[in-house]
Amino acid sequence: MFEYLVRRLATLLPTLVFVSILVFGLQQLLPGDPAKILAGEEQDPAVVAYLRGKLHLDEPLPLRYAYWVVGVLRGDLGESIRTQQPVRELIVQKLPVTVELALLAFVIALAIGIPAGIASAVGQGTVWDYGANAIALWGLSTPNFWLGILMILLFSVQLGWLPASGYVSPFEDLGANLRAMVMPAFVLGNAIAAVLMRHTRSAMLHVLSSDYVRTARAKGLAERSVVLKHALRNALTPIITLGALELGTLLSGAVLTEQVFTIPGFGKLIVDAVFNRDYSVVQGVVLITASAYMALNLLADLAYFLVNPRLRR
Amino acid sequence: MKLSSRSLLHALLLALAPLAVQAQTLRIGLAEDPDVLDPSLARSFVGRVVFTALCDKLFDIDEKLVIQPQLATAWEWSAEGKALTLKLRSGVTFHDGEKFDAAAVKFNIERHKTLPGSNRRGELAPVAGVDVIDAATVRLNLSAPFSPLLAQLADRAGMMVSPKAARAEGDKFGAHPVCSGPFRFVERTAQDRIVLERFPGYWNKAAVNFDKVIYTPIPDATVRLANLKSGQLDFIERVASSDMEKLQADKKLKTSRITEIGYQGITINIGKSEQAKKNPLGRDGRVREAFELSLDRQGLAQVVMDNEATVGNQWVAPTNAYYAKNVPVPKRDIARATALLKEAGEPHPSFTLVAPTTSDAQRLALVVQAMAREAGFDVKIQAAEFATSLNMADKGEFEAYALAWSGRADPDGNLYSFHGCKQPLNYAGYCDAETDRLLDQSRTLRDPAERKKAFEQIAARVLKERPVIYLYHRNWLWAYDARLSGVRNVPDGLLRVTGLKMAP
Repeated sequence: MFEYLVRRLATLLPTLVFVSILVFGLQQLLPGDPAKILAGEEQDPAVVAYLRGKLHLDEPLPLRYAYWVVGVLRGDLGESIRTQQPVRELIVQKLPVTVELALLAFVIALAIGIPAGIASAVGQGTVWDYGANAIALWGLSTPNFWLGILMILLFSVQLGWLPASGYVSPFEDLGANLRAMVMPAFVLGNAIAAVLMRHTRSAMLHVLSSDYVRTARAKGLAERSVVLKHALRNALTPIITLGALELGTLLSGAVLTEQVFTIPGFGKLIVDAVFNRDYSVVQGVVLITASAYMALNLLADLAYFLVNPRLRR
Repeated sequence: MKLSSRSLLHALLLALAPLAVQAQTLRIGLAEDPDVLDPSLARSFVGRVVFTALCDKLFDIDEKLVIQPQLATAWEWSAEGKALTLKLRSGVTFHDGEKFDAAAVKFNIERHKTLPGSNRRGELAPVAGVDVIDAATVRLNLSAPFSPLLAQLADRAGMMVSPKAARAEGDKFGAHPVCSGPFRFVERTAQDRIVLERFPGYWNKAAVNFDKVIYTPIPDATVRLANLKSGQLDFIERVASSDMEKLQADKKLKTSRITEIGYQGITINIGKSEQAKKNPLGRDGRVREAFELSLDRQGLAQVVMDNEATVGNQWVAPTNAYYAKNVPVPKRDIARATALLKEAGEPHPSFTLVAPTTSDAQRLALVVQAMAREAGFDVKIQAAEFATSLNMADKGEFEAYALAWSGRADPDGNLYSFHGCKQPLNYAGYCDAETDRLLDQSRTLRDPAERKKAFEQIAARVLKERPVIYLYHRNWLWAYDARLSGVRNVPDGLLRVTGLKMAP
């Protein structure tokens, strides 16, 4: 397992370099001159020229990439041209917010998706199955922003139970934090719950029809033990892969959810930065997101070892 | 146990305390996140909203766009208009305790003019130097007479920051701005909030009735309104026009509608690039005239803006004192438009209208397309995200472009940079020596009647050529808690926080 870990870690580095080149290069394909966008309404030619110099826009692309990489290696991700805040500070401010949102959403997704998947597999063809499928279909087909706005109208404007938007740090006020996060976490988790439910259902159906499950039932094991102990554990492997991939979806899904609920997280940061052509912010955020995504996939691979003893050999 | 009336009062006050605390914070919802909070570098409209609470200016404008004293109490032009002497308000201090005086004004004007990347350099270009006469008097020497100067000093170019803080922070000043406005900077979390607190040393503290102001950017108009309705905000700017009718029936909320100083128009490539020659609109003035005549401005305002706009045909609204009455808003005339197209030998001209991806601009493009079709035009719509569309405009890679301008208090700010040869905002590529002469001349005139005459001459020339077809002036739409009083409807769309008061 140690050897496997080393091998995996060794492939991470080139991938990261590749991602960073890709981000840097793709960004240059965005139409529009960042200096012009940053120069604001007046478009003063002197300001445009100054910004071009400051952003090294007149220098060759590889050189600009080198400037950036050297900065990153020194721990300096640059500065937002729009607000003058260091990118590292922005990331430190916003990453925990999105991580909290993603984790809460994931917990909600797991709490809904896996039990619903099991129930619908075990009770295949019954009302439970159809009910769970109907809910899953609804979850998959409901756009995030629409559900978000409807929830705001119901729970904030009509009932006044929850704040319409905004964010409070959990260290400041945990109750207020959870009140502010429950709606966005549900909206975000809801779609993933549906995907998890569908996959849990099919994995469970597959496992439940296998020989060893029949043997377990034949030797008189309680149905509960057959399903949860024997079948679920085998069905979990593909679900873990999916979970790790879906965590990535969560990060991108957070973009819309954060816009609707005005949560100052990574998603909002990157969207605003792209529209304002705030290159250093985009690069910094994508680099961190890509690293997180790779780390999650590595963790998922390691989790296989835990659920599947055969891999440990 | 006996309760004295005093302790009863205490108990009552304690019980009411949370309410009182709530009322002393003013929570404002903005449509965007402001950019850097340095008056020299700032570029965004919403940044100016925050500055009204944070940074006092030499002058302000009122509801009628008339210049009002703020940090300068009086002004006097020299006879030939090449020097402006300002008397400064005494007893004003910056948020860091530094004194505001003539030396501070000199420092600030020079900073605006020399800070690398300053957006104020162009606005103050004619200011050649600043003389400190005494502690409370300062003279701005101009290279040429420049009548829009007072209006410039009533915006960011007239904002005064603490010289000490500005020297210490350099180009990082915007992260912790220190000015002399009614509120001072506390903290900022990008895309989340900007928190300001009452400045106890403010020169006009009687007009300040809140302890704190919190600005929250919420880009979605529906969510912004939901926050106001659920009581998490006290004031929001830029309400969606489709929400206004319902809001007016809501007794808990009040609304303001103010005709903007900017405009919505369609810029036409008549000489920006080679593409102008391929552009049926760019090639022939008659086709442009036909296009204008095919549009029903009132209909546009109604369908696109839910009637929350004033139709117009110039860079200022018909209600503005400098509106050129010699060129009135033309009426829709399909018969004349068709005849013009026939005369031009282009009965079915086809062109592409570039429109930013905002819902307003997209709706505008669709309605324009439908209206122009009746006269024989084939309008294709190209949606482009704002940065992209600006790039196309700048390179002249367009035929027609739906562009809005937020406007400046003085007509010069809506005019000079758009219609002067080679000016940075002249996307149409319009260039006319006589117009240039008139534009320069208008800047030297101080008498309002004479200025108006100059603008009339400019209007007669420019509007005949139609580099921009002006359509309407949108309303600034605000909604706020009905208990909030003292809201001043200034046409620049910036909420003044002094004088605001929240009834319990």
